[in-house]
Amino acid sequence: MNTTLLDLQQENQGVLKRILNTPSLLVGSIMFLLLIGVAVFAPFITPFEPSEQNLYAILQPPSSEHWLGTDQLGRDLFTRLIYAARTDLKIMVLAEIIPFCTGIFLGMLAGYYGKWVDTVISLVTDTFIAFPFYLIVIIVAFASGAGQKGIYITFILVGWIVFARVTRGLSASFRKQEWVASAQTMGIPGVKIILRHLLPNVLPQAVVVLMTDMVGLLVAIVTLGYLGIGIAPPTPDWGTMISDGQSFITTAWWLSAVPGIAVVYTGIALSLVGDGLADLWRRK
Amino acid sequence: MIKSNSLFKKIADNDSPRRWLVLALIRAAAVITCVVAAVFFLIRIVPGDPAKMILGEHSTPEAIQALHHSLGLDLPLWEQFTRFVQNLFTHGDTGASIAWGTSTRELIAERAPVTLLLIVMASVLAILVALVLATLAATNKDRLLDHLIRIFPTITLGMPVFWVGLLLILFFSVRLGWFPVGGVGEGVAGTLYSLTLPAITVAFSQIPTLVRSLRAQMLEVLESDFVVTLKAAGIPNRVILTKHVLRNSALPTLMLLGVNISYLIGGTLVVEQVFGIKGIGSLLFSAISKRDFPVIQGIALYCAISVVIISLLIEISSWLLDPRTKGKQ
Repeated sequence: MNTTLLDLQQENQGVLKRILNTPSLLVGSIMFLLLIGVAVFAPFITPFEPSEQNLYAILQPPSSEHWLGTDQLGRDLFTRLIYAARTDLKIMVLAEIIPFCTGIFLGMLAGYYGKWVDTVISLVTDTFIAFPFYLIVIIVAFASGAGQKGIYITFILVGWIVFARVTRGLSASFRKQEWVASAQTMGIPGVKIILRHLLPNVLPQAVVVLMTDMVGLLVAIVTLGYLGIGIAPPTPDWGTMISDGQSFITTAWWLSAVPGIAVVYTGIALSLVGDGLADLWRRK
Repeated sequence: MIKSNSLFKKIADNDSPRRWLVLALIRAAAVITCVVAAVFFLIRIVPGDPAKMILGEHSTPEAIQALHHSLGLDLPLWEQFTRFVQNLFTHGDTGASIAWGTSTRELIAERAPVTLLLIVMASVLAILVALVLATLAATNKDRLLDHLIRIFPTITLGMPVFWVGLLLILFFSVRLGWFPVGGVGEGVAGTLYSLTLPAITVAFSQIPTLVRSLRAQMLEVLESDFVVTLKAAGIPNRVILTKHVLRNSALPTLMLLGVNISYLIGGTLVVEQVFGIKGIGSLLFSAISKRDFPVIQGIALYCAISVVIISLLIEISSWLLDPRTKGKQ
């Protein structure tokens, strides 16, 4: 009992040490956790409400009272920025769960069984890929009713493809290896081999892809908001903030510039985490 | 599209080039068939009644009935699909537009040239910039310049393409006044001039991926035996670079652009909206706001089929250009 606990502790220390030795993972994680912290504690950070209007103080430049100035309705830009982080990051994470699972599962099925299973799944994938990403996102989001529900439906429909492609290739290469063959001769059913043995092996790569894919998803959410078929006002969202500010680009350019910087910041954080994880697992 | 599925690949690998070509064609045809079916069912995944969505919540039952009839929604599903395919083959479109009354093919043909021009300009620009950056990075491997260029994709990954467009407008049009804020100019020169900023915007989203894989490709060539031999023979670096390394990197660039063509088209549709360009993108958004289903279907269909055909052509041409396949012909 004691020894196993000690082993566990040592292993944990090893993991911590490895994380500390991967600067991109460390920096990326800190950047991302900081963002999550700001989003979660938004009500404690700012004295304003995100939709609180003050028509006596519209389009103000940054000041000590309004850190990033105010928009055309006198709403505090900084407040809206961090409240928008709540909406956008929440949707980004939630919308990725189902496609992540279905994509990995379908990819493993196609890679493990090959033959007609692979042909059918690949045909479906090829069909989806033929449609330009933003075209399909815009049409499905519109058709399933603009708003948050539309975003979820859209990504359940199109988000799995990336993961299916990655895990399919990996699974197909594992299938030819001895340990899978020996599991097969022992009479372990295919589904069990997939879940018990293939899944742990494809998961790291899929998680690396997940990080960059989340950035793509966030950009898509923001783009839909910008185009007016995403998150509906008055819910704060970086995309609608950019499009609102576009009318004042000549006088108050920061209204559009700042929300975009928030998206870019999130993108840098997540892609550093992704790079770092890839490094970490490659070295192992 | 490029990634082949195992069944086809197995046959293609150990057989003649002609068979490879036939299989590639069959695959493209299968994908196009699925695309047509997907576009047909698009109107049916809409929750609720599309006729009600088109006419609004307060429409009379008679009007909805009439629209059902004119859209063919009152027919059995199978018959609707046959009509859809028939119309596609005889007229090359997805029926008449509800909002404009004209055929969707005409509407798309009218708007397509600007969009195509923008895509071509953006591709050329992206390739040129990517070639320069990749060459600089590969020849300065692990030095400061290389690191700087390699950080580029990490930073640009999360940049929404419309936001980049806005910043370019802010800087080059509003501040410096070099370019118009939006719209398309008159004549050839005017058109090209007004499409410069939009093209830069679209290209910007393509450059990171291009640079990343081009750099890897160039390093592979630079470190290969034949380049080492050339260097040992005293051939100047510049000659090696332009004559051998660039030539060997051209093919993978072409392939990559083929893979990215779908992203390129999608990005262009969004960028058009930022710059107020009346192309396919703006047609899509007006069709969406008018709930004009045939036009939306038509745009989806034309875009997807172009992607399939372009990918196929690039697959075939890169296979023909690849020196390794020459011996097999």
